[in-house]
Amino acid sequence: MRVMAQLAMVMNLDKCIGRHTCSVTCKQTWTNRPGVEYVWFNNVETRPGQGYPRTYEDQDAWRGGWRLNRRGRLTLRGGGRFKRLLSLFANPKMPSIQHYYEPWTYDYDHLISAPASDHTPVARPRSLISGEPMKISWSANWDDSLAGGPELIPEDPVLKKVSEEVRLSFEQTFMFYLPRICEHCLNPSCVASCPSGALYKRTEDGIVLVDQDRCRGWRMCVTGCPYKKVYFNHRTGKAEKCTLCYPRMEVGQPTVCSETCVGRLRYLGVVLYDADRVLAAASVPDEHDLYPAQLDVLLDPHDPDVIAGARRAGIPEDWIEAAQHSPIHALVKEYRIALPLHPEFRTLPMVWYVPPLSPVVDTLAGTGHDGEDIGNLFGAIDSLRIPVEYLAELFTAGDTEPVTAALRKLGAMRSYMRDLNLGRPADPSIPQAVGMDAEAMERMYRLLALAKYEERY
Amino acid sequence: MDQRPAGLDGPVSDLLLRTRRLLRPGKVSDDLRTITYQGGRAGDVFYRDRWSHDKVVRSTHGVNCTGSCSWKVYVKDGIITWEAQETDYPSVGPDSPEYEPRGCPRGAAFSWYTYSPTRLRYPYVRGVLLEMYRKAKASTGDPVEAWRSIVDDPAARRRYQRARGKGGLVRAGWDEAAELIAAAHVHTIRRHGPDRIAGFSPIPAMSMVSHAAGARFISLIGGTMLSFYDWYADLPVASPQVFGDQTDVPESADWWNTSYLVMWGSNVPVTRTPDAHFMTEARYRGQKVVVVSPDYADSTKFADTWIAPHPGTDGALAMAMGHVILTEFFVRRPTPRFLDYCRRYTDLPFLVTLRDTGDGFAADKFLTAADLDPAPGDPEKFKTVVIEEATGRPHVPGGSLGFRFGADNAGKWNLDLGGVTPRLSLLEHPGTEPVEVLLARFDDGSHTMRRGVPALRVGGQLVTTVFDLVLAHYGVARDRLPGRWPTGFGDPEPHTPSWQEEITGVPAATAVRVAREFAANAEESGGRSMILMGAGTNHWFHSDTIYRAFLALVTLTGCQGVNGGGWAHYVGQEKCRPVTGWATLAGGTDWSRPPRQMIGTAYWYLATDQWRYDALGADELMHPLGPGTLHGMSMADCLAKSARLGWMPSYPTFNRNPLDLAAEARAAGDDPAQYVTEQLRSGRLRFACTDPDAPENWPRVLTVWRANLLGSSAKGNEYFLKHLLGTDSAVRAGEVPPELRPRDVTWRPQAPEGKLDLLVSLDFRMTSTGLFSDVLLPAATWYEKHDLSSTDMHPFVHAFTPAIAPPWQTRSDFDTFHTLARTFSALAGKHLGTREDLVAAPLLHDTPDEMATPGGVVRDWAHGEVSPEPGVTMPKLIVVERDYGAVAEKMAALGPLVDTLGVTTKGWTVVPDKEVDYLRGINGEVRDGVAAGRPSLARDVDACEAILALSGTTNGRISAAGFRELEKRTGTQLADLAAGHEGTRITFADTQARPVPVLTSPEWSGSEHGGRRYTAFVLNTERLKPWHTLTGRQHFYLDHDWMHELGETLPVYRPPLDLQRIFGDETTGVTVRYLTPHSKWSIHSEYQDNLLLLSLSRGGPDLWMSPADAKRIEARDNEWVEAVNRNGVVVARACISHRIPAGTVYMYHAKDRVIDVPRSEISGLRGGIHNALTRLLIKPTHLIGGYAQLSFAFNYLGPTGNQRDEITVIRRRSQEVEY
Repeated sequence: MRVMAQLAMVMNLDKCIGRHTCSVTCKQTWTNRPGVEYVWFNNVETRPGQGYPRTYEDQDAWRGGWRLNRRGRLTLRGGGRFKRLLSLFANPKMPSIQHYYEPWTYDYDHLISAPASDHTPVARPRSLISGEPMKISWSANWDDSLAGGPELIPEDPVLKKVSEEVRLSFEQTFMFYLPRICEHCLNPSCVASCPSGALYKRTEDGIVLVDQDRCRGWRMCVTGCPYKKVYFNHRTGKAEKCTLCYPRMEVGQPTVCSETCVGRLRYLGVVLYDADRVLAAASVPDEHDLYPAQLDVLLDPHDPDVIAGARRAGIPEDWIEAAQHSPIHALVKEYRIALPLHPEFRTLPMVWYVPPLSPVVDTLAGTGHDGEDIGNLFGAIDSLRIPVEYLAELFTAGDTEPVTAALRKLGAMRSYMRDLNLGRPADPSIPQAVGMDAEAMERMYRLLALAKYEERY
Repeated sequence: MDQRPAGLDGPVSDLLLRTRRLLRPGKVSDDLRTITYQGGRAGDVFYRDRWSHDKVVRSTHGVNCTGSCSWKVYVKDGIITWEAQETDYPSVGPDSPEYEPRGCPRGAAFSWYTYSPTRLRYPYVRGVLLEMYRKAKASTGDPVEAWRSIVDDPAARRRYQRARGKGGLVRAGWDEAAELIAAAHVHTIRRHGPDRIAGFSPIPAMSMVSHAAGARFISLIGGTMLSFYDWYADLPVASPQVFGDQTDVPESADWWNTSYLVMWGSNVPVTRTPDAHFMTEARYRGQKVVVVSPDYADSTKFADTWIAPHPGTDGALAMAMGHVILTEFFVRRPTPRFLDYCRRYTDLPFLVTLRDTGDGFAADKFLTAADLDPAPGDPEKFKTVVIEEATGRPHVPGGSLGFRFGADNAGKWNLDLGGVTPRLSLLEHPGTEPVEVLLARFDDGSHTMRRGVPALRVGGQLVTTVFDLVLAHYGVARDRLPGRWPTGFGDPEPHTPSWQEEITGVPAATAVRVAREFAANAEESGGRSMILMGAGTNHWFHSDTIYRAFLALVTLTGCQGVNGGGWAHYVGQEKCRPVTGWATLAGGTDWSRPPRQMIGTAYWYLATDQWRYDALGADELMHPLGPGTLHGMSMADCLAKSARLGWMPSYPTFNRNPLDLAAEARAAGDDPAQYVTEQLRSGRLRFACTDPDAPENWPRVLTVWRANLLGSSAKGNEYFLKHLLGTDSAVRAGEVPPELRPRDVTWRPQAPEGKLDLLVSLDFRMTSTGLFSDVLLPAATWYEKHDLSSTDMHPFVHAFTPAIAPPWQTRSDFDTFHTLARTFSALAGKHLGTREDLVAAPLLHDTPDEMATPGGVVRDWAHGEVSPEPGVTMPKLIVVERDYGAVAEKMAALGPLVDTLGVTTKGWTVVPDKEVDYLRGINGEVRDGVAAGRPSLARDVDACEAILALSGTTNGRISAAGFRELEKRTGTQLADLAAGHEGTRITFADTQARPVPVLTSPEWSGSEHGGRRYTAFVLNTERLKPWHTLTGRQHFYLDHDWMHELGETLPVYRPPLDLQRIFGDETTGVTVRYLTPHSKWSIHSEYQDNLLLLSLSRGGPDLWMSPADAKRIEARDNEWVEAVNRNGVVVARACISHRIPAGTVYMYHAKDRVIDVPRSEISGLRGGIHNALTRLLIKPTHLIGGYAQLSFAFNYLGPTGNQRDEITVIRRRSQEVEY
């Protein structure tokens, strides 16, 4: 066992209101400068939808992340390292600017400076790449809130995997939001992709960074990252990515995206993991085993052996304590309601997601379930608008069981708390039905519902 | 399975990596996957440098979103770099989520404006006008004469008017721009009168000092401040109708206390972004959430149940829910809590007379003590009557309007029933007879229903209770009553669940289930069911009826005045918590009273000549059961009547200069009020609104600040351009034919184009308002000035603070208006001197004026039905002295009237003598001039201090004194609510340090006492203070004549207007309903031009439509389309989504024409804003005044600028666009 510490994040998608405050504050703080106009270290996607850059999750096309080769060894999907060295100068698997979006501005000045004429002045869009007038046809969030639905959503790679039967009709509408930053993976394929060794993972906290002095602009990291969260600054010729706001984190402030998240859905914390078990966990043959394997890599911070191991590894006492109080550990490992994003990429991502509940599909039928009534609870979860299969393709490589379990816990919590809210006696059978006790359920409730600042970060 | 040890790639690769591992400083992991470093990484210093900054300043955003979020503004090297939310709100308590962080992406993108190319850096004047002015000034040598010479020359005037909105702005210096503006003001006052000058600036809560500075200037010169809350259609007229209050709602943290939440036409994540988390989190506490929305709005994501009624039919669903609740919780199983609540806090037990129509009975007027008394006094006509259950005798409980005023009534204005139990229904009462009554319906051609009520003869009149009428109206059958009743929920008779299904498309079973759950939850939780309602239901023509049907649900179930329950209307940032101080400064009431305050909708309706195109006459709206007095009247006629009866304000008031009228009266040795009354009676003097197109009645000068009138709120935008401004427009409508023209209002053959002499605007960015302005002044942003912010959503006041000084030549609104005032005063001292101004003021709410119209019976002096008597049957006529040379001095000091007349809010008055002394101390004392010895208001910080010191929410002494005043009227205990904080005074520095919780105050109806969450009407339910209504209770029944005219005495369902029929629209093409809901990517037009938000959306105006409608016009996603109707043309790109219902398109509010709007194929002009397709429509019942809660107060009551009933034709256009 080799204990290491990792800063990790949980986003509770059930609370996400899709407002992109995180994106804007992050952009304003880090990337509102030339060369990275198109870059959003943090972005929010409407699902179903194509994502940013478009269809990035389709690794058959983009070749990001890892796969198991014929020998059962982990290899970069973009090709083994030899192959990549040989193709340094002609990397074909890069999203083009059109896959992100062609950034633009407007002739704002014309509004003020326009000479007298026959028409009201207007600010036309103009490309920030070519300087030419343009018709805007894609943006950082083009398919927001199901915009362009029937024409655009069928290209969602996740939706394609789920079923031919998901109909994009008014009656069956569903959507939710997926905010994304760099995953700061335990097994980062971007780091492994870099021919210059410019990408690295910080020993003390696991933050993945690009050394700006060492980067040579090969852009193999862009290909290597299956989440497409490493970007190319076309002015400096270097790669840039989310830094998990290390200048803030180092002084005890949460990341900008977390603190400014108006939905209060982001949690930050320390987890301890066994670095010796990472490769094995990333290499389990069955994709459905990746999520449990990833959980197994995380260590119990209360276990005396782990504490001893952490001390041996030079992890400071306050970090060990932080790991013991970590909301990440609670949500991921104890309550098991937070799931990894695309574990099948085999990078062991460290940003976790609580899946979202949604209304039941009963609008026009006139029947319905009382979502809080324990008698209907699980039936209601089975008829939620967001297909469980869709969530499973995002979070558990298609295994619906952990997603359903997480949603049931959320539903049970609501049912249990409704009794208390209305002054009825507590019903301990409700937490039991989802494998929890009342005390744990109430702790989970406080963490999710009250979500005090000090407990989120 | 053969499980070899995990590894990477293959052996060759391993070898390579192991070798390299030795050659470099980083640590390659043992398994060769990754590289780690520790410490000393110079390659990352870039990000550390970028994060460093010099200071962080607290400020906020003065935008009409109700957010009032406190922000950290970061500054580095004297440059604003970015912003992030403050997280230091005082705690809500250990068992609730907190208010942090408050703020959304729009606010987070604000600093982009500071240095953006759309920032206005210098004063601008239209080149053609500036040239004329310079020339005229050179030849006349006097600015006022120069202005006169320009506007007196029709050709010159038309020349610069025609150039409006077409570029050609040139830079001018501040001195010259201010002089031109001041000259126009002086000339207009002298020639036409001060009421021809108007100011428009909305929502004081979003930056109180910036609002008050301009309003103070306009008010002190006698100009007209235009209302906004009603004009924006954000005012729910049902609120004054039902509660006698403008709007009072729970703070968002109170959603947490709700156990059943219906979000009805309110897209909380989009429009209440900073507070949406309370809703998402309350679900974890077991709150059940129902969303009612015609599309799959963002709020729907959080629903347990989604209900999608057809747009505009929400009232039918609410009526059916009321039917279910009355049936199950009142008749089949009377619920003690609900019955008790209704007896105490509603008008349901009060008696209403029944009138024999000849064809059956109809409910008429409230029975009053005057009906029981052979020689009644005036107050008796406003004391309503119940039947006492124990004795069966009529009883006049305290608390009604007749107990509110006068020494005799001291201590009797309260809701204490003193052991009397009023009867809700007369059904079980001995001696009643079943009587068939006629009731109004609008869902089919029959118009009436016949149903029975139990009636009793009292004081010679046949009466029943409001409750019995309500049961009959909702169709809840009881034994022994005649008429046609639904046989059950499945009978499609009004107002059953099956009846609504045919109208709304919502399954009857769903309506039943939600109604039942809503009421059962209220019963179990003690009233913690809430309806959170928004623009989706409030922006319709008949929204007052929709809302009354909603309010019936929360009132019947005893949810109003309970934490976690009741109505939660959040449309517009109406709650300026330190309201008394703000109102004093903004109205200039410390120097002269009353200020001229006008209903915005009526003002624009006449000024932009939309009345000439309005085919919606009173007959379209009237109900056959009404007295028929509105028959044949146009809306302009209704306005004129409301004005002459003193119901609503009307400015410009007369067809003469009010300064000249006062002077003439004095010259004739007459009292000006008497003189004017006589002139009016004889017809020698006319109200300006009876001839809006006569040049002497035009508005002449308009200043707009903190607003984008022409790019956002102007319903009927193209009519504004055509008639008010006199420039190009895309109006396509024809004027109404002679038979639809007004009866009492003069129709001139030629509609004027270009009424306005001067349009001035202040802004920090370029909007349509700026594009069309004659003079454009560069404003400081929200990060460059001191000010105050508050909202209804949270209970704090907090500060704006400059992060940098105003850059370039920008100035704060405060400094700009003081600049204008100084320039004006210098010219006015010479040209105007001191004059008397005759102000016509309407009958006011919360004053004895409310008793001007006993029984709500309308009598018109112009028709000889009554004699003209100022302040009773017509407006009050008040002479105000204006020392025009001293306006600047008065603006900059707190005037003496606060010491003598005190400050008044909602009927109670306090003399702030100690506060005046205090303000002298901290602001300093003025040494010379008319304000010598008064506290200074020369700086924005001084104004902040004055607002805080003069208001009960921020000064415990004012609050306590106000409560003590109120106690004298109510006789109930109230002052203890302020006792704990009587010594507390919030200073401006406090608000800069951290958001400060406000104090419980009689300015509002809730209590924050003991850290409690604010919710409305707690003082009423817990302290028995009456509502400010006729009965003193929450009203189901409204008995004014005009409510009878429209058949709206009770909550009723009225369908959206059939504008296609009324206006005779073309029907060729694909016609769809046109909705303009609030946008995700902007706050009105603010931020819709912001590059960050444009990059996160579709980068310009788009029209959301269903795949079915897109198919009908053969448009694909992102193709250019045009939407056209009689009002104008919109050019936008199609955004096709299956979450939009077929038959309806959405253009999110507010799309200004400044960003990526090409020229239209249809008009040949630049495409219009979202409001290019809408127009103003006026509802006569919003014009009622002088009667109990139906009395005017500024932004409290008035016609709304509704905008949801509109339709449009959509078509795909050529994809080649020209700009």
